[in-house]
Amino acid sequence: MSSPTHKGAEGNLLVAILALQGAFAEHESILRILGVETVLIRNLDDWNRFISSLSDGKKGGAIIPGGESTAMMRIMRDEDLFGPIRSAILGGLPTFGTCAGLIMLDRKHLDVMDIAARRNAYGRQLGSFNAEEEFLGIGRVPMTFIRAPYIEDAGPEVEILAKVDGKVVAARQGNLLVTAFHPELTDDSRIHELFLSIVAGQGS
Amino acid sequence: MEDRTSLNRQLAQMLKGGVIMDVTTPEQARIAEAAGACAVMALERIPADIRAAGGVSRMSDPKMIKGIQEAVSIPVMAKCRIGHFAEAQILEAIEIDYIDESEVLSPADDIYHIDKRKFRVPFVCGAKDLGEALRRINEGATMIRTKGEPGTGDIIQAVRHMRMMQSEIRRLVSMAEDELYEAAKQLRVPYELVQFVHQNGKLPVVNFAAGGVATPADAALMMQLGAEGVFVGSGIFKSGNPEKRAQAIVKAVTNYDNPALLAELSEDLGEAMVGINEQEIELLMAERGK
Repeated sequence: MSSPTHKGAEGNLLVAILALQGAFAEHESILRILGVETVLIRNLDDWNRFISSLSDGKKGGAIIPGGESTAMMRIMRDEDLFGPIRSAILGGLPTFGTCAGLIMLDRKHLDVMDIAARRNAYGRQLGSFNAEEEFLGIGRVPMTFIRAPYIEDAGPEVEILAKVDGKVVAARQGNLLVTAFHPELTDDSRIHELFLSIVAGQGS
Repeated sequence: MEDRTSLNRQLAQMLKGGVIMDVTTPEQARIAEAAGACAVMALERIPADIRAAGGVSRMSDPKMIKGIQEAVSIPVMAKCRIGHFAEAQILEAIEIDYIDESEVLSPADDIYHIDKRKFRVPFVCGAKDLGEALRRINEGATMIRTKGEPGTGDIIQAVRHMRMMQSEIRRLVSMAEDELYEAAKQLRVPYELVQFVHQNGKLPVVNFAAGGVATPADAALMMQLGAEGVFVGSGIFKSGNPEKRAQAIVKAVTNYDNPALLAELSEDLGEAMVGINEQEIELLMAERGK
């Protein structure tokens, strides 16, 4: 792990990790190593507690992890989380989506980011792969793609951060950050640190 | 150099906190996906019917599996017989997402399991205890599940296997370094695997519960006992209201430690599968392949 680039700010940050299904524990453990407080969101009560704890001066962010987007969307709707999460993100809550999380932030799902994701863009599990490519502002990073999507269309406000074989695999739009790959599965924490700098920088 | 083992273990990580459902038709697969399944297991007959029919039970017709692959966007798994590497090769050829080398089918080899390291597709295998789990991992399995007693709707064996595995893991964790060599010998597995469990307090791969899960409470029980997700076989499509039960079990796995929510989820699910008690079974599938 490289050292955090936003030293001193961690104590003031609180990151909610959507824990409906998927690899949420992996994000939790990276943030723990970076010294950031996290809370797992399994239902509406968890979410409401998270939002109300932001009122006492903490800077909040949210992570939507890898997993199956259909499963997470279903639980999100049934647990009445869809509306509250969507409006918090539209209200400026910094949010980081990896793989299924990228899909869920796109136009067809939560519709908070001006991107169209292509699901299972590399085919089935036999198409899963590792790569190492340039990530804008960070340098070369290891990338793990598991039945991954890519971004097939992005609006003018979306900044492209990384491409693999000409396909967009990472992007940012304001406080929203998405990767088609899984930074939480590698021991390189620089993309999480980038997200934390967005969380720390909000409102300033 | 391509590292399939890591990629395959990582796919299992993405399935965590989810429910993998047995389906026999594209229609059932769509119901499972809409209900929030994180993957489906495509098979011609669900375990309860395999048990009832008797006879030799084999890999499903690839055409039937392909029909299910076309129906859903979530991962599709399928079963091959223990030791039947040719069936596994066929499943790999149709690009299955995960192969279950399963005791639910009739074993093809009573000594050797498949050398799973020879394949690019991932394998999940059943285990009753830690030794079995680590032997399968050593052969290349990238996901483990309890063996339960498929097709019975009786949770007792899945509980027994999960408790056994967790207690053996705790035992390894508490051992002195120099005791690990003897432990490896007793478990009949390489020292490195024993050392991993000793240091990390868990298997090096994801561990699901399988066999006999029929209600949201069953799923919650297995999660509280340390399962990282559940397989539900006969429990859903052998019940009165598969759609509703499927959704309830999915949500029970997410909120497994929230009794108030579990109470709501358990209401009005209609009839659960009738089930067979452990003592009433003549054929213990869990005893296949060790």
